Amino acid sequence: MANILVLAELTPTGAVADTLPSLLVAASRLGDPVVAVATRPGDGAATATELGRLGASTVYVAESSDVNEVLVEPALAALHQATREVKPAAVLLAHSLDGRDIAGRLAVRLDASLLGDVIDVARDGDQISTVHSVLGGAFTVVASANRGIPVITVRQGALEGSLASAEPKRVSMTIAPSASVRVVIDEVVPAAVASDRPALRSATKVVSGGRGMGSVSNFALIEQLADQLGAAVGASRAAVDAGYVPHTSQVGQTGVTISPQLYVAVGISGAIQHLAGMQTAKTIVAINKDPSAPIFEIADFGVVGDAFAVVPQLINALAARS
Amino acid sequence: MRIGVLVKQVPDTWGDRSLDVSNGRMDRDSGDQILDEICERALETALQYKEVNGDVEVVVVSMGPAEATDGLRHALAMGADSALQVLDDELDNADALVTSEALAAVLRPENFDIILAGNISTDGRGGWVPAMIAERLGMPCLGSVDDIDISLGEVRAVRVADAGSYRLRAALPAIVTVTERAPEPRLPGLRGTMGAKRKPLTVRSLAELGISSSEPHSRVQSVTPRPARAPGVIVVDDGDGGTQLAQFLVDQGLG
Ligand SMILES: Cc1cc2nc3c(=O)[nH]c(=O)nc-3n(C[C@H](O)[C@H](O)[C@H](O)COP(=O)(O)OP(=O)(O)OC[C@H]3O[C@@H](n4cnc5c(N)ncnc54)[C@H](O)[C@@H]3O)c2cc1C
Ligand SMILES: Nc1ncnc2c1ncn2[C@@H]1O[C@H](COP(=O)(O)O)[C@@H](O)[C@H]1O
Repeated sequence: MANILVLAELTPTGAVADTLPSLLVAASRLGDPVVAVATRPGDGAATATELGRLGASTVYVAESSDVNEVLVEPALAALHQATREVKPAAVLLAHSLDGRDIAGRLAVRLDASLLGDVIDVARDGDQISTVHSVLGGAFTVVASANRGIPVITVRQGALEGSLASAEPKRVSMTIAPSASVRVVIDEVVPAAVASDRPALRSATKVVSGGRGMGSVSNFALIEQLADQLGAAVGASRAAVDAGYVPHTSQVGQTGVTISPQLYVAVGISGAIQHLAGMQTAKTIVAINKDPSAPIFEIADFGVVGDAFAVVPQLINALAARS
Repeated sequence: MRIGVLVKQVPDTWGDRSLDVSNGRMDRDSGDQILDEICERALETALQYKEVNGDVEVVVVSMGPAEATDGLRHALAMGADSALQVLDDELDNADALVTSEALAAVLRPENFDIILAGNISTDGRGGWVPAMIAERLGMPCLGSVDDIDISLGEVRAVRVADAGSYRLRAALPAIVTVTERAPEPRLPGLRGTMGAKRKPLTVRSLAELGISSSEPHSRVQSVTPRPARAPGVIVVDDGDGGTQLAQFLVDQGLG
């Protein structure tokens, strides 16, 4: 079977980013996954072992002191070098900030097709095709590469599952230190340790609050409902702009796009740009005091009412049953 | 200091945006074309820098069909000094690779100290164009950053990613892409709008830039509209709305 090259991103602390398992699942649908990674000097063996635990059977490792000190460049160089050595049928990356930058640059270097933000991949003979959910899920587009090795970025949280652990074969690569064209990282502040709540992008249930929550302290009600349901917390752009939640919680056109089993929108009007991020959710529930709010047009169940009356009652009723 | 700002016209997200089901391209007749808000924020960032620092020239650059001139005039009315348009009548055919090639060709001789762009556009592109231009021009790219601080010969900014926040620095010339945390764009006043008509707007064709083929790198196989959602149940809270909703969730196995 053909090799499918996967880039493993590392967090600032050297851990493997949580996007890797779904990339391996996608790669295994297309061929034999081979992982490329750039680590700090001395970290290669431990990282390869960790990647094996996550299901990588072959790992190409480049150790470089540029890792954590120069943005994107070491991972790009490692991936490019691995592409030369492995001659893959496709290259897969996460559709993350780094993944997107690296994919764009690699596609230019390889003069290859870039298939971005895919929610699934398939293979028929030599033909690799990608599935895209576009214009806020209004259309599903199937595409394929026209030229070179397809470089594919996979939407975070779109694919579930993981591969069985493997005893990885480790291949060391050498990459040149990055040249003058570099973005220097002066400081990294790792993200605060995630709470017990599920991550927004991969959660099966999401509770989002909007401007209607009125204040940071009122927004706690959204968190209580999320915890009762075991859901992630999301928000509209207006709630982010008002400072109720960090922008990483923004759902919509210019925030994250998600397709959970359950989406609960509280105090959110349902502007078209918000719907673009959540309208493919399986079940949509809305609580809003305005009966003409557009969110009700796509809700499977809607309550016209005051969030500060409805939500506490909902939490109590759910708690009483569990 | 010369600042180039990459701006792009997109279908208004408030309108009815649609895809041409026969080829997967954006249906350009399906709604109004406006300057993408994120590009206006990049331009606002440049204009505010100019207001504080004086001796700065702001040039807006766009690739698009003839109608893209409207967006450039809007940018000039906001306060840009001049505009550069790469005219491509086959724009709908141009993917990020071709677009970045054409824009790199028009940007190269301009020798901008800094190029500002949006981090990701609203018409379905993945935010690749700026990184690809950086790759082609051999420039550093600070993508999706906030708190941009431009000084002589250097730019600093902060990139907030899932794993943490990165304080970044690069020598100029560099490409910097802004996020939605960049300042709200100003509305052009009447004087700006009148003045924009006299500002220089240069048009180049793809052929003039020596770019022959705009053959896309990928092929659309099928386009399927999402089926409409079935209408739901809407109840008005009479004191038991929360309880009814709990019952619905439990019935659906979601409680
Ligand atoms: C280019 C562009 C990109 C955008 N991207 C996004 C995006 O990614 N995500 C996004 O969300 N938006 C986005 N927007 C903004 C979008 O247009 C809306 O402004 C935004 O979604 C509104 O947020 P909201 O529903 O919280 O606020 P509002 O529209 O102000 O709605 C608040 C709602 O709360 C209800 N309410 C008030 N009090 C209560 C109460 N006590 N109980 C119950 N209900 C109550 C009101 O009836 C109202 O419906 C974008 C806009 C543009 C132009
Ligand atoms: N055709 C274009 N003309 C000018 N700038 C563009 C064009 N396409 C993309 N850009 C710039 O690149 C940013 C990201 O766009 P994209 O890569 O299309 O998501 C945009 O916000 C613009 O600043």
